[in-house]
Amino acid sequence: MVENTVDHDLIEAIQGGLPLVARPYAAIGQRIGLTESETIRRIAALIQEGAIKRFGVVVRHHELGYRANAMVVWDVPDHEVSALGRCLGRFDCVTLCYRRPRRPPHWPYNLFSMIHGRDRQTVLAHVAHIVEVCGLEDVRHEVLFSRRRFKQRGAFYQLPNRVPQVGVRRRSAEQDLLV
Amino acid sequence: MSVNTDEAATRLGELEKCLLNDFQREFPLSPTPYADIAARLGTTEQAVLETLERLQAQGVVSRIGPVFRPHRLGASLLAAMAVPAERLLEVAELVSGYPEVNHNYEREHRFNLWFVLTAASAGRIEEVLEEIEQRSGLPVMALPMVESYHADLGFDLKW
Repeated sequence: MVENTVDHDLIEAIQGGLPLVARPYAAIGQRIGLTESETIRRIAALIQEGAIKRFGVVVRHHELGYRANAMVVWDVPDHEVSALGRCLGRFDCVTLCYRRPRRPPHWPYNLFSMIHGRDRQTVLAHVAHIVEVCGLEDVRHEVLFSRRRFKQRGAFYQLPNRVPQVGVRRRSAEQDLLV
Repeated sequence: MSVNTDEAATRLGELEKCLLNDFQREFPLSPTPYADIAARLGTTEQAVLETLERLQAQGVVSRIGPVFRPHRLGASLLAAMAVPAERLLEVAELVSGYPEVNHNYEREHRFNLWFVLTAASAGRIEEVLEEIEQRSGLPVMALPMVESYHADLGFDLKW
């Protein structure tokens, strides 16, 4: 957990994205009372500590022509889930791969993967390839293609004991909201 | 690619591709990141800024910034609902209305509404789920992450 106040301020200032100006870190720093070099140093530290898993251009798959995205869910024996999860996680087309709890009787699946492709056929071909490579022929699975996207934006963390930056938050949410 | 493609447009296309693919991670942490990117790509800072502005306006770029590791800054949760078809839009709007909800999709399944919540605390997420159940009159299936098998190093666009 990120605990200190400086980092909370910094996270709130950068979570909507860097401004497109010549000295973006100076601009961010100015909002929260840090110098440019302190701002850069703290962001580097958050990356180093793992609170930020990557820092850079965040693209939207759909707008780039990756029109099909499917959540593929697998009912994997509990003792094999870690090994199979790592096998799935190695594919380029798999953008997320998590173990989650089953919810019987409605939901028997314990391994979740997100697979992107230019169209449905490509995604289904990826699934068939993964089944073959990871040896999942006998594993029950379902492919849940996405139909409508009601909302998509980056996560907004409203940190404890902070005054919400309403203006920044609202602008950013609207910008990312594509119905 | 067409034979008659205008050379300037081609260059611009290449610049867009490089900006989209090559800077998803290891974005320069230098005082002038856009000028440094321009120097690496053999173009001007102004061209980089204008291109990124356009990509952002088009919605191709969501933002230039951090992707946080789940659970380090707060709580997050995947949830799903089986909504009768005739109520889907109404319930989806109810769910999207919460600032804690950052993704909300219709998927092809009996469980047809899937959304992700993030908040400072697990308690707040619990509150939102209960409210959604109460207001919609439908149960919500909570599916917390137990283990992650993917590092998210960005997405190779393979032009």
